[in-house]
Formats: sequence, C-alpha cells, structure tokens
Amino acid sequence: MRKIFLIMTTCFTLAATAQETVLPAKPQKGIIYIKNATIHVGNGKVIENGTIKIKDGKIEEVGASLPVPADDVSVYDVKGKHVYPGLILPTSSLGLVEISANRATTDVREIGDLNPNVRAIVAYNTDSRVINTLRSNGILLANVIPQGSLLTGSSSVVQLDAWNWEDAAYKTDAGIHLNLPSLMARSGGFRGGGFGAGPSASQTDPVKEGLEQIEKVKVFFREAKAYQAEGKHEETNLKFEAVKGLFEKKQKLYVNANTVKQILVALDFVKEFGVDMVIVGGSDSYQVADLLKKHNVSVILQQPHSLPTATDDDVDQPYKTAAALQKAGVLFSISDDDSQTRGRNLPFNAGTAAAYGLTKEEALAAITLNAAKIMGVADKTGSIEAGKDANIVVSDGDILDMRTSNVTDAFIQGRKIDLTDKHKLLNERFEQKYEIKGKKGF
Amino acid sequence: MRKPNTWLAMVCSIFFSLPLWAQPTFPENGVADPRHGHYAFTNATIVKDAVTTLTNATLVIKDGKIVAVGSNLKVPAGAVEVDCKGKFLYPSFIDIYADYGTPAAQRTTGGGFGGFTPGQQAQLSTNTKGAYGWNQAIKSDVDAYKVFVVDDAKAKPLRDAGFGTVLAHVKDGIARGTGTVVTLANEKENLVMLKERASAHYSFSKGTSTQSYPGSMMGMIALLRQTYLDAQWYKQRPAAEGINLSLQSWNDNQGLPQIFEANDKWNNLRADRIGDEFGVQYIIKGGQNEYQRIKEMKTTNATFILPLNFPQAQDVEDPNEARFVALTDMKHWELAPTNVAAFEKAGIPFCLTTADLRDVRSFWSSLRKAMEYGLSETKAMEALTKTPATLLGVYDKVGSLDAGKLANFVITNGPIFNEKTAILFNYVQGIKYTVKEENLIPGTYNLAINTPSGTESYTLDVKSSSSATMFAKDTLNAKFTQDGKMIKLNYAPLTRRMRPQGATDGQRPPMGSGGFGRGGTTDQTLPANAARLSGVNNGKEWNGTGIDSLGNSLTWTATLVKETEMKTDSAKKKDMPAIGKVVYPFMPFGWEDGQQPKQENILIKNATVWTNEKEGVLQNADVLIKNGKIAAVGKNLSDASARVIDGTGKHVTPGIIDEHSHIAAASINEGGQSVTSEVRITDNLNPDDVNIYRQLSGGVTTSHILHGSANVIGGQTQLIKLRWGANDDDLKFKGWPGQIKFALGENVKRSSSAISNASNNNRYPDTRMGVEQVLIDAFTRAKDYQKAWKEYNDAKEKLIKEKKSTASLVAPRRDLELDALVEILEKKRFITCHSYVQSEINGAMKVAEQMGYTVNTFTHILEGYKVADKMKKHGSFASTFSDWWAYKMEVEDAIPYNAAIMQKVGLTVAINSDDAEMARRLNQEAAKIVKYGGVTEEEALKMVTLNPAIMLHVDDKVGSLKVSKDGDVVLWSDHPLSIYAKSLYTIVDGTVYFDRQKDEAMQKQVDDERLRLVRKMNGEKRSGAPVIPAQPTYQIMHTCSDHGHSHGLLVIDSDDINND
Repeated sequence: MRKIFLIMTTCFTLAATAQETVLPAKPQKGIIYIKNATIHVGNGKVIENGTIKIKDGKIEEVGASLPVPADDVSVYDVKGKHVYPGLILPTSSLGLVEISANRATTDVREIGDLNPNVRAIVAYNTDSRVINTLRSNGILLANVIPQGSLLTGSSSVVQLDAWNWEDAAYKTDAGIHLNLPSLMARSGGFRGGGFGAGPSASQTDPVKEGLEQIEKVKVFFREAKAYQAEGKHEETNLKFEAVKGLFEKKQKLYVNANTVKQILVALDFVKEFGVDMVIVGGSDSYQVADLLKKHNVSVILQQPHSLPTATDDDVDQPYKTAAALQKAGVLFSISDDDSQTRGRNLPFNAGTAAAYGLTKEEALAAITLNAAKIMGVADKTGSIEAGKDANIVVSDGDILDMRTSNVTDAFIQGRKIDLTDKHKLLNERFEQKYEIKGKKGF
Repeated sequence: MRKPNTWLAMVCSIFFSLPLWAQPTFPENGVADPRHGHYAFTNATIVKDAVTTLTNATLVIKDGKIVAVGSNLKVPAGAVEVDCKGKFLYPSFIDIYADYGTPAAQRTTGGGFGGFTPGQQAQLSTNTKGAYGWNQAIKSDVDAYKVFVVDDAKAKPLRDAGFGTVLAHVKDGIARGTGTVVTLANEKENLVMLKERASAHYSFSKGTSTQSYPGSMMGMIALLRQTYLDAQWYKQRPAAEGINLSLQSWNDNQGLPQIFEANDKWNNLRADRIGDEFGVQYIIKGGQNEYQRIKEMKTTNATFILPLNFPQAQDVEDPNEARFVALTDMKHWELAPTNVAAFEKAGIPFCLTTADLRDVRSFWSSLRKAMEYGLSETKAMEALTKTPATLLGVYDKVGSLDAGKLANFVITNGPIFNEKTAILFNYVQGIKYTVKEENLIPGTYNLAINTPSGTESYTLDVKSSSSATMFAKDTLNAKFTQDGKMIKLNYAPLTRRMRPQGATDGQRPPMGSGGFGRGGTTDQTLPANAARLSGVNNGKEWNGTGIDSLGNSLTWTATLVKETEMKTDSAKKKDMPAIGKVVYPFMPFGWEDGQQPKQENILIKNATVWTNEKEGVLQNADVLIKNGKIAAVGKNLSDASARVIDGTGKHVTPGIIDEHSHIAAASINEGGQSVTSEVRITDNLNPDDVNIYRQLSGGVTTSHILHGSANVIGGQTQLIKLRWGANDDDLKFKGWPGQIKFALGENVKRSSSAISNASNNNRYPDTRMGVEQVLIDAFTRAKDYQKAWKEYNDAKEKLIKEKKSTASLVAPRRDLELDALVEILEKKRFITCHSYVQSEINGAMKVAEQMGYTVNTFTHILEGYKVADKMKKHGSFASTFSDWWAYKMEVEDAIPYNAAIMQKVGLTVAINSDDAEMARRLNQEAAKIVKYGGVTEEEALKMVTLNPAIMLHVDDKVGSLKVSKDGDVVLWSDHPLSIYAKSLYTIVDGTVYFDRQKDEAMQKQVDDERLRLVRKMNGEKRSGAPVIPAQPTYQIMHTCSDHGHSHGLLVIDSDDINND
C-alpha cells in the first residue's frame, strides 16, 4: 500500500513563477482511495469517517465502512478533513473575460439581439489566469455563458483542468440564454442631493416596450419550432438550428429575470413552448416561489452577496432568498458572478445562505448537486456517489465558511489537479523577497 | 342678502381697460388723452394687511397709487365711485420666485456627473466670451432688469391667481446675477419696473454651463466659497487679474438681498453654511421636504421661499409596481402638504411662490391644500404680501393697502381663502384686469316675449351663466347661456311639453338638481323648430329679439324679480387629514420623534471579548459601557445603572471601521479638474442613506467617506459615525484630523475614456508620467503659496510690532485648493491615496519625500506587497481589499495574500469595502486574510477595527475595547470572523443603533406603513383624483468610479448618469 500524506499544495518548485508551469493532470488510471473523510455527499447526506473508492476517473464506491485493500493502490488519508463534491459555478464569464475593462480581453457579448447560434465554448480560454484561482477555492466546474441583449447564445459546462476548450467541455451548448428587458419605468431624474427628482414625462410604457421585445423572441421560437417540424428546408437557418434542443428538452432556456413581472412573463416560454426553464438572477423569486415550483422552473440566484432590491426590503433579504426557495421546494442553485472577485467566493455566498436559513448541506447542494441538476450534468457530477466522475474537493474545514475553508486537494475526473495559481505564485515570490515564509504576523 | 345691483352698474361703467398715464419721453401718435385712473371703491371689506381688516371701507386710487384707505372716507371729487358692497379687497400677492419676464435657460446635455464622463471630453475652460471670470456657471454679471420683457401670456395666470408683483431673475447658473421687481401690468417695461436691482441669486445648478467644473455638489460649494474669497481679493484690483467683470459684479451685488435656490432640506443647510462662512444670510428658496428636518431649518435663521408643488399620488394598484415605489416617496406624498405649516409651527419666516408648480393655475388648489394641512390664513397672507415685500425692500410700494403704495389689489366676492370665493378683479398699478366676470345676477326673472299674437309670460330661474330653468305652467325644454354680456335662450315650442331629463312627472325640477343646459342631453332633445332668443344683459333687465318656432320675429324683456339668496358661506375649515409621522431619517427604519435610541449604560456579560489590546481575547468576560464610553472590560463586572445583555456563547468586538466608503454623501467625485483639494465631502453629507442602517447591521460603526478617484488630488474626506437618524453635522466623527483623497493610475488618466482603444482624454494627465508631474506641480505651487503667506504674515507682524500701518501690505490671494495642500505639508491633513501598481506607489512616495510630506495611507494598494518594504520605510499605512482582482489592467497582479504580506513586513494594514454591500461583511473580508495569508485571527480582526483607527488617527478614541474609548461595540452571534456570525447589537457611543430583534419589529412597521399608504393612494385613485403611473424609486449610489457593485436593480451608479 502506497500511502500519500496530503501535504499542502503550497509546495511549489522554486522556479515556478508563472501559471504556465501548472500542467493539466493526466487521465487517472487504476484505483485510488480517499479515507477517513467527513464526506459531504452533496445530496444532503454526510458520511463520517467515510471512504471513497475511485477507479479510472469515476467514483466506484462510497461508504463508511469500505475496506481499503493492502494492494498497490493509492490511498489518501484525509483524517480530520472535509470532502466535498467539486463545486459548480452556475453562471460565469470565465475564460471569456480576462479583464473586463480591457475590450481586447473580453469575448462575451456579440452584436445583435437574436444570437442563439453564438457558442460560448469556442471562446473559452483554458489559459485564463482566473481559472486556477477558482480551483483553489474548490470550484471545479463552471457554466460559461455569453451575455448581451435578448437571445445571447448557448452556454457550456466546462471542467477547470484542461489543455484546450475541447478538453474542457463537460456538456456543450446545453443552455440557451435569454436576457429579458427590465419591464420597469426607467429613472427619469436624480433623487437626493438636490438635483431635482421625478420621472421624465415622455417615457414610453416600459412594460409594453419590453413585451414587444419579448414577442420578437416568441416569434423567433414559433418559427424555429415550425422550421424543425418540416422535414427539408429550402435554405438552412443557423439560428433555428441552434435552438432545436430546446424543443426536444435537450437544452434548457436560461432566462435572466429578477422582478416578479419578468419572471411571470418568462413563464410564457414554459407554457407556449414547453421548454425547461431556469430563471437566472431571481432576486424577487421568493415572491413567486410556489408558482416556480408548480411550473417546474428552477432558479439560479446570481449573487446573494448583494444589497436588497428596495430600500424598504428586509436588510438581509438577498441572504434569505435561498431559504425561501428551499422551503417552497424550488430547485435552485447559488452563483457568484462578482466582477471583482470573479467567482472565487461561490462557497461563501452559499455559506451566507446557510447563515440565513438553509442547513449547511442544503447550501452545499445549491453549489453542487442542484447546480448539476439544473445544468443537466447530475448524471456525471454534483455529488459523491458511485458512478459519477470523481470531482472531489478536500478542505481543512467547513468549505462554506472562509474562516475554515482551506482547500488542500482537488480531483477532477479522478485526476489530482495542481492547486497552484497565479496568486500563490506571486505570494511565494514575495515571501521569498521579504523572507517571511510561514510567519504568522508580527 | 347681497345687493349686487349697484355693483353691476359699476362694472359696466368701467368695462374698458384704461391706458396707463403717458410716458413723457415717448412721442404720442394722435391726441393726448391724459387720465388719472381716479377711483373710489366704497362699501368694501378691505384687508389692508394680514392683520388689519376694515369693514364698510373705502379705497381711493389715482395715478396707479393708493390715495387713501379707510372707513368713512368721502369719495373725492373727480373719482369714479365703485360700490363694492359685499366685496373684499386685498393687497395683490407678491411672488418672489416667479417664472416671469426673463428668458428660460436652455438646459444642456452632457457635461457629465462628477465632471467625469467616460467617453466624453472635458470642457476645461469657460465658453463665455468677454472679460468675465474663469467659470461659466458664475453669471453674477447677469442683470434681470436688462433682459426683462413684459410677457402677458405668463402674467395673466399669475394675475388670475391674485399676484400683482413678482421678482424676476434669470434662473441660470450657480451665481445668477440680480433680480428685478416688476408688476404684472401689461404695460411698457419702463413703467412696470419697481426696483431694477432688487436681489442677488445663487443656486446649486450649473444651468447652461457646459464647463466640466464643478461637476458635483461639493464642487459647487467650493466654487462659491472660492468666488467669495476671490471677489474680496479683487477689491484690491490685483494687476495680475486684469479686469474681471464677474468678480466686479459679484461685489456690486453683495449689498442686495441674497437669495439661494437650494430646493432641498440638506441643500438648504449647505447653502446656509456657505453664507455663515462669508457673513451672508441667504434667503433660501426651499423645496417640499423641509418638514423632514424642520429643527435644522430653524437653525439657519433664514427666511424661506416655499413652493407648493406637492407630489402627485401614484397608481400603486398593481402590487408588482407598488413594490418598487419606496416608502419614502409614499410618505413624502402624504406629508409634503404639511411642509408650509411646519414652518409656521416652528416660527420660521417664509414666503410662498408659484415656482415649481406644474401649472400656475394650480396655485390655489395647492395653497388650499397647504391650509387644509395646517397653514393659517394670517401666515398665508403675510407670506404672499408683507414678507416678500419687506425682504425685497419694496414694502413702501407693495404688500399692503396703504396710502402711497401702488394700487395693486384684488377684489373678491368673499373672504379670499374660502373655498368658494373667487377673485373677480386684479388691479395692478391701478389698471383693472378682470379675472372672473360676475355680471349675471342669479335669481328669478319674468320673461315677457312679445310675439305677433301677443305677449307670452314665462318665468326664468337663472342659476348660472350656463344653467336656467324656463317654465310657464310646465317646465319647458330650454337651453340658456350667457357669454360676457350676451344672452342666448332656445326653447322648444310650448305645445310639445318636452320635459327635461330627470324631472319628475308634472313637477319642475327642484332648484339645483341640474335643470337645463347641463350636459348635452337637453340639446339633443331640442327640436329643429325651437325658438331662438338673443339679447343683452343690461343689468337687472335683459332685452333682446328672436325668432319663434313658427319663424316670426319677436322682442323680449326679462326682468329680475327676485335675486337668489346666497347661502351664507358654509366653507368650514376642513379637518386636517389623518397622516403618518415624520421619521428620522426620512427613510424606512427611521425613528419617530421620541423613539430614537438613546445612550444607555450597557453591561454585556459572559462573552468572548476581543479587546484588540494586550489582554487579547478574554473568555467569559464582561464589557461595561457607561456614558457613551467603555467603562470596564473584565470578569464579574456589575453596574446597577446598566442594562445587562447576556453574551453567553457570543462574541464582543470593537465596532468595525471602514477606511474606504462612499455612502451617505450627495456627491463623491469632482472630476472637473485634476486637482480639486478645495472640495470637501463634509459639505455634502447625506444622512438619508439606507446603507447607514444596512451597514450597522453588519457591525460597522465608523466609516471614512472618501472622495472618488476621478483625479490625482481629489477632495477632502469625512469620517462619520453611523448614528442612524442624526443630521449631517451630527454624523461627523468629532475631534478627527482631516484627510484628503489622492488617486493614481487608470482612473486619473481616464483610461476608460477611450474609443477604439485610442485615448479620448483631454484632461492632463494622460499617463502615470503626467500623474507625477501633477503632484510635483501642485505641491510646488503649495510651497510657493505657503511662503507668500508666511512673508506676508511676518511683515504684518513686524509692522504691528512697530505700531506701523499695515495698509500698504497686500495679502496673497486665498486659494482653497492650496490651503488644503499646505495643511498636508504642515501635517494637519493626511492623505489616503488610491493606488494599484508598484511603479505609481513608489513614484507617489518619492514625490512626497521630495516635497516633504508623507503619504499617510495607500488605499486599494493592490500591489502593495511588491513594495511593502519601501512603504514601511516611507511610513505609510495600507488599506486594501481582501481578494479583488482582474477587473482592470492595473489589478492584474492583485493577490489575496497582499494584506498578509504587507502586515508581515510590518505595515499597519486595513481591509476596506469601497462598496456599500461588502461593507456589511467586512468581518468576513478580514477572515479571508487568515485564510489566504495565515495571519492570526486577532490580527485579522484588527484589520477592520484598530488598524483603520490608527490610519485615521482616531485610535485614541476607537478601535479597541479599552477603558475610556468610545462605546462603539458589536455583539456577534458567533465567532466574528465566521460567515455564520451576525451582529445582534451594534452600539455607537453607548447607543444601540442596530438591534437584530428590534429590526424585525421595524421591518413589520415598514411593511404596515407601506400597506397603509398604498391603500391611501389607491383610495385617491378610486375617488377619481388624478394619479400618475407608479414611479420606481431609483437610488443614486456614489462610487469610486473604479469598479462594479452588487447593489441591486434599483440602484443607479452615479457614474452611469449624464447631467442632463
């Protein structure tokens, strides 16, 4: 038996000064065990002192009393540590946006407002410096989404340890994304500070205007559906072709909507086209949770770490919304699309939801199994269960709390990945300069 | 009973308008027609002024002036007598802020909020041609009397509302020149102007100025302050300045009443403080929200000019629309009509104006609403007459009915403030303007129609100029109208016996039940062969001709038999409607008067206590707060006077201090220039920011409100304590040495101002090389300035010592921009410098060392870890984010280990928010420094408590739990660095400003109050009152202009708005 004591991945080669030295791991062959773990399965269950058996990249067995044979297998003893399914970032511009303020480094928003044929996956840059900083916090998969107005394109789920986007693709073009108009009167003037107030008189009705835009999308879907019903086409329509999967339920329709009006209007797409729908954003989704449940609409809460929508709202409303959805039985997941931290605080957004009404395991599910369900990858990932890819994270403590979250190891498809990132390398570099390595402070 | 017969005769006798006496210098084309407009108005109730009423009195006017007023006056020979029995005479009103007679300023677009709009070029100098000052918004040279033109289209609605005199000025610019007092007579400008230069005007609006500076509230304040100083200095005629007409006229205008248009409760205070600094007491043109801070209004000692444009009810029937209408807006809708009454109650003098009304014709309905909500008649009258006249120094001419004053008065048919009273005439300078014709006497008339077949007799019950009932034996189908003097009466032939709709069989309709001529129904039933009568109202007898149903010509006469007895005026004072209470601040979660949390003695028992002192973390310990200070920290404390809070299983820490925040301010960025050290956040604090309360819920007790990063040398900052409900002054952290914001890098070189990757920036600097030069230049100028003042002061001192005259000494020009920089050089003001990359950090320190100052704090400082040793040597503090990066080029190398590295190198490090959302979780941000950098938990907590206190130079007052420090304390539900920790109590100065249990109750109150107001608005709608569509309440949030935020749907980043 070959025992591997997990030593923190902060063991870098001294020569390593750039991410370029971080290599994607080779495919995992044979059997490995992770033992003595507190296993957070992802489905709400916790297995104390559990063992995970991984074979050729897949989880073969999970349990409290799995025997670990004395053969030539790799065994990771993680006594005292917590093991989680790889976290999934359900909405992201990862790999499409390197630095948002620099146009040359962004590939996220195409021209036009009916772009269902635009595919995020082809622009996904596996060499983005952001990727490895997410892995360091346990995020092993991400849904990469094009932005824009109305139909923005198709998203793909990627795993975060790859040489190129084809390697990274975990599920391709599985989401079609729709950005709804606000359906709300715009601000007409300044409030506060004495710059005068009040709406501008000449506004057109924002709801009508918005509904016309939405009707444009419906017309598109109607024609696309008819197009798919006919056997042969005189000419090929790439945009119609791109949404074929929606009607066959092989794709989901992700609708960016926050207000009740937006969400209710979005239900049209379920009713008329029978699509599987995911509401993205959903800041007011708690007000229609029962309706969402009734119509089998799932929700991605984009940013719990957000201010309440209205001044009159509960000060903690964004923190509590997840619990309201949970209570109503809505399938939801939590995201972190903060543009300054780039998604790395995903577990803490879930942790906040746990502080305000979810159980910790429910909060975990919101960034693992439920996210996988929404993205249509629950057959492959999202929980530590037999038959799934071995996408696994090991943390010193509760991964949802920054106080204890410290990811020491991670496996994608059984491959133990290198948790080095640009930040650790720069830290290392300057710890050397100042000779402060290991110092706790002064 | 009223006898209008003689009155009517009078009306007819002066039916035409008199020309005003001729103007001697103007040639006459024709025959001279000199007149004197000599009239005596007798038997009237004359309200001379708000407190003097004469009954059965006489007013004599001649040549446009009042000759005499009194009881028992004889009608002088040569005067036309006008019997005003039953009528009331009042002085015509004065509108001190009317929109009249001057060209409307054409608003410009662009210019940019904060003077800093990405993608737009700056306009750095004035577009005004001529020998004027440097800033296009200072239009002190504009004299309204030079551009004034009579505009009868605008005068008429004002006259109809009872106004006779207005102050007109050009409403454009921050300084707006002078106003002129004119009457509303439709005469040559020469004759209606009462006082050419009557007032000087100021505002917080750039108006048509397209110049970038000032681009913010604080910039406007700074511009005004500097202009006062410059104008004073200009009196010495400094040669270097040449001729400056703006400053010259500024000085010329100082002797006039100074009127400041501030339009908002906080702006009123801001304006008043400028006045206080320069010995000016402004008359303040307010808004509608002063009732929200009436005590503060009183402290200004100002007289106010108050508009009556109350908010309209919104259509909030749809809950999904109502959701986005803030409680604040709904409460304001309900309470705004109390605004004027609040001034009266507080004993603050005020005038009323038609300004800001959507339509001058709504003046009376608005005024009556204000009265319904508590404004007294006496005060209303004063506010419309004596007060404005006195302010403008024209009370000798207008404002009361006294001999020698202008014959500016209104004649009404009842007490002027009664609901049913109408203004009949408005005399301006003795010229009659008819407001409402009242020459129809309602009553019963005998109608005699002389047909070829003999005289037919009818009875005509006349109710109004459009309604009368005609009957003989039975009621006829008839339509009556009077237009001016002309009478028309059509009726169906008798034989048809058509009945009016609604009449019961065989009976004529009761009086006032509608009768004829109402609506279109009777019209429709009038047959084609209806008789048509036409005639003239000759008073109590009408005469006319007509054609009967058979086509015969006829004549007719109607004679008044009995005048309708007018009901005695039953207009009772309406009861004040039930209304909600003012809360402080005027926001959700605000406190009602008397409910504000008070300072208490508090003993937290048996908690884990993070002292931030050498005692470290104490288990099962107590903290006692007395009289707002920490009184004791230790075990087994007791105090009989203290409220005991059980801290078992909980944690106590000092209140969180946010080194970098942009909440609670009306403006943040003054980007109009690269150096704006003259602007001050403190000039524009905004206590009505719900984020104060939200941040209290996250344990924050002190926030450093920084200027943004639009320019290299930004504005002076302000440290505040989160005393939710306090006014702007009471928010301030007392006894704090000031700081100032500097900025480097991408924002100041306007990197985002790029089109297709080519710089669109025209404001120096455009590179980090230029940034260095801006700093060197600014401090070089500051040193020269410092030296000039030192030399001046030394010379002055010497002369004084030698008892010689100092008259020959010329003081240098006071420069607010350089004053602030000199304070830095003298270590009285400290820098917090927005910075990212190592080159610029290093560069800023080298400039500082060269010029002799220290960069106190580098804020953001995301590459501080690369030059931490140099920063330590320089003596800087570091205030940074925990884990931000990769949102712009200069943060490409930002790492979450930054804080820890700097700390380990020996720097005092803080973690700040720069974000209203993250500020609620600063404890968690500190926790990340343990996670990423491995500092101890105690050191991490200090990064959001003691360390920021140190860099803000207030560590003697806050930042740790040490006896005699301020009682700023948080009780956490859990380990303070854990994501599961919530603040249970956030205490500032021993006052519990956030109490998680109470918060739940307050949320309930907010919901209840919302429900009440939504229902009230819906009631308004159902009762048929006009409502406007629901208006989502957007909140402007100010930021660094640096990065994105998760502030929610209804928040507009001030960077994203243009100034149009």
